[in-house]
Amino acid sequence: MESLEQVKARAELAVPGARIDIVPNSGPSQQASLLLDNEHATAVVRFLCDDPALRLDSCSNATGVDWLDRTVKKKVKVKKLVDGVEKEVEETQEEFFPGYLEAVYHLYSIAHKHGPLVIRLRTPDRAEGARLPSLTPIYRSAEFQEREIFDLYGIRFDGHPDLRRILMWDEFVDYPMRKDYREPDDYEYEPTPHDDILEKAKEHHSARPQLDGAENITAQQ
Amino acid sequence: MTTASHELAQSPPRMTSRLDGELLEVSMGPQHPSTHGVFRMNVALDGEIVVKLKPVFGYLHRNHEKIGESTSYLGSMPYTDRLDYFCSMTNNWAYALSVEKLADIEVPERAEYLRVILAELTRLQNHASLLGFLLSDMGAWGTPLMYAFREREKILDLFESLSGSRMMCDYMRFGGCRVDAGPDWMERAKKVVDAFPRFLDEFEKLIVSNEILIVRTQEVGKMSAELAINAGITGPMLRACGVNYDLRKVDGYGVYPRFKFRVPLGDHGDCYDRLMMRALEMRESIGILKQAFEQLPAGPIMNPKVKLRAFRPPVGEAYGRIEGPKGELGFYLISDGSPNPYRYRVRPPSFINLTVLEDLCLGHTVADVMVILGSIDIVMGEVDR
Repeated sequence: MESLEQVKARAELAVPGARIDIVPNSGPSQQASLLLDNEHATAVVRFLCDDPALRLDSCSNATGVDWLDRTVKKKVKVKKLVDGVEKEVEETQEEFFPGYLEAVYHLYSIAHKHGPLVIRLRTPDRAEGARLPSLTPIYRSAEFQEREIFDLYGIRFDGHPDLRRILMWDEFVDYPMRKDYREPDDYEYEPTPHDDILEKAKEHHSARPQLDGAENITAQQ
Repeated sequence: MTTASHELAQSPPRMTSRLDGELLEVSMGPQHPSTHGVFRMNVALDGEIVVKLKPVFGYLHRNHEKIGESTSYLGSMPYTDRLDYFCSMTNNWAYALSVEKLADIEVPERAEYLRVILAELTRLQNHASLLGFLLSDMGAWGTPLMYAFREREKILDLFESLSGSRMMCDYMRFGGCRVDAGPDWMERAKKVVDAFPRFLDEFEKLIVSNEILIVRTQEVGKMSAELAINAGITGPMLRACGVNYDLRKVDGYGVYPRFKFRVPLGDHGDCYDRLMMRALEMRESIGILKQAFEQLPAGPIMNPKVKLRAFRPPVGEAYGRIEGPKGELGFYLISDGSPNPYRYRVRPPSFINLTVLEDLCLGHTVADVMVILGSIDIVMGEVDR
C-alpha cells in the first residue's frame, strides 16, 4: 500500500476542502492513522473505498475511544527579575487539552489484500449529543459497530439507518464505556416511602441525580 | 466488480405483504435451543415467509471491554477464553498477537508451532460441533451431534492434559506459551489427528448427498460476494461466497507461511456451501497439523525477555488479527504506558457476521431462519461480550 502521506495527498486532491492530519503512533506496531475532518469524512472515505489503487472495500473494525480532559505539566526555563537581577528560573506551566470522543475505523482491502488503513473521527467535545458522520452508508459492516459505539460511548452518528442501543437495554441512561462512568450501586433498587429507606434512596442516587429521576421521588416527602 | 461497493451498503429491501392479512410478529428466542445461546430475533411474518427480522442482543452482555480496561494486560488473558468459549485457544492467540505487536515481542519458534497445532485442533473441534449443531437444528436430533461431540471430546482431553482445563485453556502468553507439550502428549495428539479423517469420511457420507439436507440448505440464505465484503463478513462465510481471503495466507502470521494448504472456496454462498466449507477446512487443518507435527523444533517456549507481571508496553496502539474458526478475530489495544490497556477492543467475528442475518432470511420461511442462523456460526459469549 502507498504511504500515509501519499494517501493523504491524493485524498485531499480528490476531495476539495478536506483537511486530513496524520496521527503518529509512537509504538512499534507502525500503525499510524489519518484524522479526517467531520464535514468531508464521508467523501474522503468514499474515495478510499472506490479508488482503484487503494480499494479499501472492507471496514473490518469500528470502535470508540474516550479521551478525557487533561492537563500536562511542563517545566519551562523563564528569565525573570529576582531581587533586581535577571536570572533563569524554572517554572511549571500547565497546558490544557480538552477531551473528546473518537471513532476509529480499520479499513482493509480484500481486492488487493492490503491494509490496515486506520482512520479516526473526533467529536468537538465530550458533551451529551456529540455527533459524527456515519460510515454505514459506505460500509454495511459499520451498522452494528456504530450502534455499539453509540450505546457504550454516546456518539450519535448522522446518517445511520437504525441508531438504537444494541447491548444495553433501551431504557438505560448514561454510557458505560466512558472513562468517567459511575456504576449505580444497585440496578434493581426501588425506594419505598419509609424514612430510613428514603434516606438511603437520597444517598443511593446522589451520584447521578439528573439522570434517573430519583430526586423527584424523594422530593415528594 | 463494476458497481461501486458503497452502493451495496443500503439496508435490505423492504418487502410488502403478498397476503391482505396482517403481519404476524414473532419473538424467536432468547431461550431456544437453536439460537445457540440467549439470542432473540423479532420476526415479522407474512404467512410463513419472513418479511422483517431484527436481531436483539445483549442478554449475555457483561462489558468485557470495560473489564479488560480495568485489569492488567496479563489479567485479561484468561478472560479472553470466555469470549468464544468453544475456541479459547484462538482467542488467546489473537490477544497475545496484538500485545506482541503493541510491545514488539518475538515468539520462539517452538511456541509458534505449538500455537499452530492448538489453533488447528480448535478449528477441528469448532467446525465438527458446528456441523453437529446445524444438523440438529434441521431435525436430525441427537445422533450427528453426538458423533461430532465424540470427536470434540478427544480434542478437549488433549487440551485438558496440556493446559489443565478443557474449555477455558488460558494457554498462551505474550512471547510464547505457558507449558510445553511433552513427547507423550504429541503421540496422543498424532493419534487423534490420524483418526480424524475416518470420522470425516463417515460424517460426510451421512450429510453431503443427504436429500433432506440438500433441500433444506441449497439455495437457502444466498449471499453475493460484494455484499459479503461490504458487510465485513469474514471466515468460512466469506469464502463460501467465493472470495479467496484467508488471513493465514494474507497476513501469514505465526509460522503459517511454512505450511502447504489450500483455501476451500464456495460458489453460491448458500447454506450448503457454508456447511461444506467447514467440512473442507477440517481436511486442510488435518494437513496443517500433520506438517506441524513433522516440523516441530525443540527449544524454549517463552521469550525470556518478557516480564509478564508488571508488564508495561510502550505508548502506542496496535490492531492484531488472526483467522479464527468463526472469522477474523481482532484485538485493538491502546497503551498509555500504564499496566492496564487504555483501550481494549475485541473485534468479534460472529457479531459482525450477524449484520447480514436479515438480508439472508428475507423471503425464506421461519424454519429456514434456524438453518441460516446455524450456518453463520455464532457464540453469544462473543456476540454480546
